[in-house]
Amino acid sequence: MRKKELCFVVAFHTTTEALALEEAAHQAGVVGRLIPIPTQITAGCGLAWKMPITARADMEQLLQQNHLTYDASYELWV
Amino acid sequence: MIYLDSAATSFHKPEAVADAVYNAIRHMGNSGRGGHTASLSAARVIYGTRKKIANLFGVSDPAQVVFTANSTQSLNMTIQGLFHAGDHVITTAMEHNSVLRPLYRKEQQEGVSLSILPCDACGTVRYDLLEEYLQPNTKGIVCTHASNVTGNMVDIVRIGAFCKKHNLYFVVDASQTAGVFSIDMEQMGIDVLCFTGHKSLMGPQGTGGLCLQKEITLPCFCVGGSGVQSYRKIHPEEMPTHLEAGTLNGHGIAGLSAALDWITETGMDNIRAQEQKHMRMFYEAVRQIPQIKIYGDFSQSERAPIVTLNIGDNPAEEVCDALAERYDIATRGGAHCAPLMHQHFQTETQGAVRFSFSYFNTEEEIQTAIQAVREIAEEWT
Ligand SMILES: Cc1ncc(COP(=O)(O)O)c(C=O)c1O
Repeated sequence: MRKKELCFVVAFHTTTEALALEEAAHQAGVVGRLIPIPTQITAGCGLAWKMPITARADMEQLLQQNHLTYDASYELWV
Repeated sequence: MIYLDSAATSFHKPEAVADAVYNAIRHMGNSGRGGHTASLSAARVIYGTRKKIANLFGVSDPAQVVFTANSTQSLNMTIQGLFHAGDHVITTAMEHNSVLRPLYRKEQQEGVSLSILPCDACGTVRYDLLEEYLQPNTKGIVCTHASNVTGNMVDIVRIGAFCKKHNLYFVVDASQTAGVFSIDMEQMGIDVLCFTGHKSLMGPQGTGGLCLQKEITLPCFCVGGSGVQSYRKIHPEEMPTHLEAGTLNGHGIAGLSAALDWITETGMDNIRAQEQKHMRMFYEAVRQIPQIKIYGDFSQSERAPIVTLNIGDNPAEEVCDALAERYDIATRGGAHCAPLMHQHFQTETQGAVRFSFSYFNTEEEIQTAIQAVREIAEEWT
């Protein structure tokens, strides 16, 4: 099995939400990247933002400040 | 060929548009279907284009920009979703069939009632009748921003204010004006703006869309693949996915994105000025020719770059054919999918010859077209 890390993961309702977050994160220098949504969140398709758990606060601030909409956020072993 | 049929589709596209489509075909995957490089690259291009469209039309949230295949699809989605049995809708005699037919269908199948604002002798909408046409069950006004037959503009600021005052939906068909005339949905009180990518927006065919004010929801026209929430039995409610079932025309949208950049770099005012110059040059010359009858209001300082005319009683199609055969000039005859405008001018049988101009035409081309009209007019009378 692949070795997993505890990460902060943000899931979205739409691809547009994912891309809006990616852009905001790049602009603000917040770490992480878009990945296919982990099956622990949903077995459906879609994108999620994955980042080290240590940067969680940065993301939460980014979400709030930019009024970004998303589905839910998780601490996950991925 | 001298292409004077830009109202049908823009033929001379900026180089960057063709390059963008080519590159997209080589590098883009399916947006929102997977998280690999190719898919993400498509998703980024499409999102970027959404933002550019939102910016162009004064839409605060890019998620309210929905991509469709063209204006026709956007207008069908809008009219189908907004109006129902017992509602009354006002439209104008300037409309294209892509507004009229969805409304007629509503009238026939669902009992929506319809009033059509007539035009004056020059083909301009009779704004003075608006109040008179208002009924207690009036739900909205659907109108074009400019006639594709005459080039006459509709004062959408005025109609927007009327809609606001009477709490009506305001749906605008910007097929002939998007990218060349400034449109601000918020400022103009537009609830739904329908656009096509392949005309004045200079993008590829098969691109278009609609912009929706936040308070308005339209039902899904289509349901199916969304790339998200796959195990739910219903299509996602969130915009824009709600109205975008199925793979988008990513390659075309990449071209549209390049076209939007070109419009920004060139400047909408410069594009418009150049088009107006070509139109005025042609108009001022052909109006001097005795047998020519021109349709439309040229006293309007701003109008879509269209001059539609007839030469005596000659059928429009024959004039178009002579222009094409003898001079290799592309124009459009017939009814231009706008039956009410032709009924108004009593040109149902004759049709009319439409010359529509582009930023990319040259003065020499305009002069050749003027000379061609002059020669045909002399020969055929
Ligand atoms: C005023 C107007 N509305 C709608 C349309 C339809 O555009 P499309 O064929 O791209 O859907 C056109 C173009 O033919 C038009 O001129």
